Amino acid sequence: MQATTTLLIDGLVYASYLFIVSVGLTIVFGVMKILNIAHGGFYAWGAYAAAYSIGVAAHFGLPDWIGFIMIGLSSLCVGFIFGFLIERLILRRLYHHEEVIVLLATFGLFLVLEDLILLVFGVNPYFAYQPMVYLGSVEMGGISRDVYSLSLIILACVVAFVCWYILSLTKWGKILATVIYDREISLAIGINVTTIYVWTFIFGATLGALGGAYIAPTISVAPGISIDVIVLSFAVVVIGGMGSIPGALIGAAMVGMLRAFAVHQFPELELFVVFAVMAIVLMIRPEGLFAPVKARRI
Amino acid sequence: MIIKALSADRTISWVVASFAILAIVGLMVPNWVLNGTMFGLARGLAVLGLLVLWRTGLVSFGHALYFGLGAYAVALLEKYTGVSDVFVRLAVALATAAAVGFMLGFVLRNHRGIFFAMLSLAFSMVLYGVLIKSEALGSTDGFSVSQTTILGWQPETKYPLFLTIILTGVVAAVGMQIYFRSALGHLTTAVRDNEIRVEYLGYSVAQAIHIKYVLSAALTGAAGGLFAMALGQVDPDSMVNWTVSGELVFISILSGPGSVAAPFIGAVAFEFLRTFAFELAPHAWQLIVGGTLLGIILFLPRGLWSLIERLPMRQERDRE
Amino acid sequence: MKKGIFRSGALTLALGAFIGAPIVTTSAFAEETFKVAVVSFLTGPAAGPFGEPGRHGAELLIDAINDGTMPAPYDSVGFGGVQIEGIFVDESGGNAKQVAEYRNLIEKQNVDAVIGYISSGSCMAIAPVAEELQTLTIMSVCGTPRLFEGNDWQYTFRTQAHAVADSVAAALYIRDQLGDVKSYTGINQNYAWGQDSWKFFDIAMQKLTPGSSGSDSPQFPKIFAGQYGTEISTLLLEDADLVHSSFWDGDIEAFVLQASVRGFFDKKRFISVAGASAVDNLGKRFPEGTVVGTRGEYGILVREQEGELNEWFIDTYRERYGVYPLESSYQYAQTVLALKAAMDKAAAESGGTPNEDQIIAAMKGLEFQSLAGNVSLALGNGHQAVHPIGYGITAWDEESNSPKLVDIRIYPTHCILPPVNQMSEAWLEAAMPGADC
Repeated sequence: MQATTTLLIDGLVYASYLFIVSVGLTIVFGVMKILNIAHGGFYAWGAYAAAYSIGVAAHFGLPDWIGFIMIGLSSLCVGFIFGFLIERLILRRLYHHEEVIVLLATFGLFLVLEDLILLVFGVNPYFAYQPMVYLGSVEMGGISRDVYSLSLIILACVVAFVCWYILSLTKWGKILATVIYDREISLAIGINVTTIYVWTFIFGATLGALGGAYIAPTISVAPGISIDVIVLSFAVVVIGGMGSIPGALIGAAMVGMLRAFAVHQFPELELFVVFAVMAIVLMIRPEGLFAPVKARRI
Repeated sequence: MIIKALSADRTISWVVASFAILAIVGLMVPNWVLNGTMFGLARGLAVLGLLVLWRTGLVSFGHALYFGLGAYAVALLEKYTGVSDVFVRLAVALATAAAVGFMLGFVLRNHRGIFFAMLSLAFSMVLYGVLIKSEALGSTDGFSVSQTTILGWQPETKYPLFLTIILTGVVAAVGMQIYFRSALGHLTTAVRDNEIRVEYLGYSVAQAIHIKYVLSAALTGAAGGLFAMALGQVDPDSMVNWTVSGELVFISILSGPGSVAAPFIGAVAFEFLRTFAFELAPHAWQLIVGGTLLGIILFLPRGLWSLIERLPMRQERDRE
Repeated sequence: MKKGIFRSGALTLALGAFIGAPIVTTSAFAEETFKVAVVSFLTGPAAGPFGEPGRHGAELLIDAINDGTMPAPYDSVGFGGVQIEGIFVDESGGNAKQVAEYRNLIEKQNVDAVIGYISSGSCMAIAPVAEELQTLTIMSVCGTPRLFEGNDWQYTFRTQAHAVADSVAAALYIRDQLGDVKSYTGINQNYAWGQDSWKFFDIAMQKLTPGSSGSDSPQFPKIFAGQYGTEISTLLLEDADLVHSSFWDGDIEAFVLQASVRGFFDKKRFISVAGASAVDNLGKRFPEGTVVGTRGEYGILVREQEGELNEWFIDTYRERYGVYPLESSYQYAQTVLALKAAMDKAAAESGGTPNEDQIIAAMKGLEFQSLAGNVSLALGNGHQAVHPIGYGITAWDEESNSPKLVDIRIYPTHCILPPVNQMSEAWLEAAMPGADC
């Protein structure tokens, strides 16, 4: 019983983290048809910006809760600056290319963002544990848990709610649905697709950065942190269905639970199960578990 | 007859001639240049494997699977049987990759575009996940690969291995050139342009893709095996992780689909650029690679080879 | 046809010129100094706690010996009269990259010897290449016993005792200091060092504290994983009252931070084989009452120890870099001292500048004085070092406002390592004959 509770909480925490990281990826794919490897770059930049600013705040003796403001600010800054610049300067020129070619271009971007981190932040790891220490711990299922990790679950719920709200209940959501359905028709009926693309990309990038920024206090922020993360979030997005937000939710839950189960029961299968499931889903239902099946255009 | 047919093909004759010259050059250069060229040519072979698929319009984002399989086949062969003969190693690397490629081909041949890329990625990450967590398979450490022998003879220098790599490269390049010229090979571009028409012509697209996929896997597996022999080490992070697949695709984009020789030139150039970049600006290497990749996609969609094609000499010839 | 061949020739020549161009520059150097590459992590999670301090330790000693400013017995100028030129190389990027880089160092940059290497993965990968290229290579930090057990390297040495010593000393310390431990588990990195550390710790515990039982599901996360939430949960769920870890680099810091928020160290006794760097780096964030080792007479374990060499090292190091020397600073310095001792010896025997063969001959079985103790290359046919290893318990020193170790126990060589010509595992399984400790 105790073991099951622990496993569930571990899985839920990890799933929440994966959801926050991958939901931006799936939104960008849904709207813009870009499978964005550079999303990992936003994650890493978010983590570095947060860790750095939390460190600066601690250095000046500011209270520990300032860290949460730093996390928010860092993800917004990274999302807006990189999201805007990359969409306007680079992606804009790529929309007429094949999806796979755009995927490669974002791989190039990913590499550039990785090295920019080294040039800006140096090669040594950063620790920004203050927000995690600030929230302390709580007894759950017989063992003690840090509240900060548990707060990831709340954050994931908030992110999911915001996405659902925007897409389902606002004018933006309806416009987005139109653009997703058919870009040309949207243009024809006077929707400013360019603006939609810019904002979608900024939104996605901010979510990626938020994932990195929020996880930063619990890890050592070091070069290369995004290499494993991006491929895991690919698995999440692919399992749920590229472009589907409920899909990302289910994908994250599956991967999170599977990984927690593996670590508890079969540690040597930790990575294997995740990608095996990804492969199986792609084999049986390439569009993912949740994406609507589309007629193939010839 | 065959020889006559072969020598009539300009590409083939000059590929053979270039490799022959390279073999002679290999006698005169210091060891580190020889090493770098071996690494480059071995990677070039893997990129040639990608090229086979690319001509069909398929981009694999998981070819590190076969590169890693080839490399690990060589390492595990030695660990469990002690065999270090170059030909056995090469054969085992190639056969392992081809066999796995054949099995996965049944699934992959039904996928296109981004799904093909993602499924390839998933398969390669499955292997990565197994290797990294399994102590028997070396976990993150991988294995050392002892020096290669040739029919029981342990050469003093790396030159024999260099020759082997060159020979494999020539055979692969020429073989692919012949394949591309064959009826089956011509299907390649046809499949990319319009699958339905190919089906109406009475060919099975799935089967054509399957054959290409196995060829591609075999070439990349052989490449991984040769790379492991040249380096003397295998490990999952530099041979199986997804970044390795990305690197291979990068070199194929760099080289372009224009010629069977392009992958080798692109890969050797890549290898030496990296050696110098690491010395001059170790923290800017990925920046250079990423920037180049973006630049090529934006401005040179047919790769560096397209620059060579634009040479006045070539245009003159094409007019003939 | 003719044009084809002409073109191919032109292309190959261009390629040849491109790759041949740098030969001119590299062949022009003159060999007056002994060129030594010092390899350590300069980027990534291992740079701060291990790579940089290691590099500094080597740098400091190379400079001091070149200038002849070290105390006796190392007060003569140079290494066997020769000046060493150190070049500092990054160890990160994985084994395959390290092997390529090593080949590059020997064949392109023409270094005479290579010292360093922190990760056991690097050491295992480099040793066969060192043999192939016939270059003197001295490992400084890495710990897997597999390096010399089952291998007979001619060109590779290691000035650090291997994981068996760390594991046995840990078990001895637990028996002597902590008393009754009923059960124990572990969290170790999933590569040679972590696997070996746990394996030998487990055997040593069974032999030394027969009443205790080891976990059958110890955790082996990937090195540099950085996130240990789930692993900490599983460890907390286990009944074991003691947790063993050979984490090092940034992983130990990340683990300690994540675990201490969850009250991990109030519930479990924790023994960290190589986490001393985190004690200094995390300061008050590192939990008191933790058993910590430094893998030898290094770092915080010998910070208060008297002795001319040790005091000189601590003072000069602090003066130059502003911080205390850590474990890896001592380990790299120890390698430089071994090289100095061997080259001096070889020079005395040959009566001139020693060549590589003479240095290797002098190095075999060498006994030399290190900064805070003596080291002897007794195992591995004279290639593998043995030396005492100690543990202590972390505490906070209010006076100096810095961390310290208390209840320090240092175990002599014969207690923790097998005699010559015995394999570690067999020796451990036979309940360590000859070690009456």
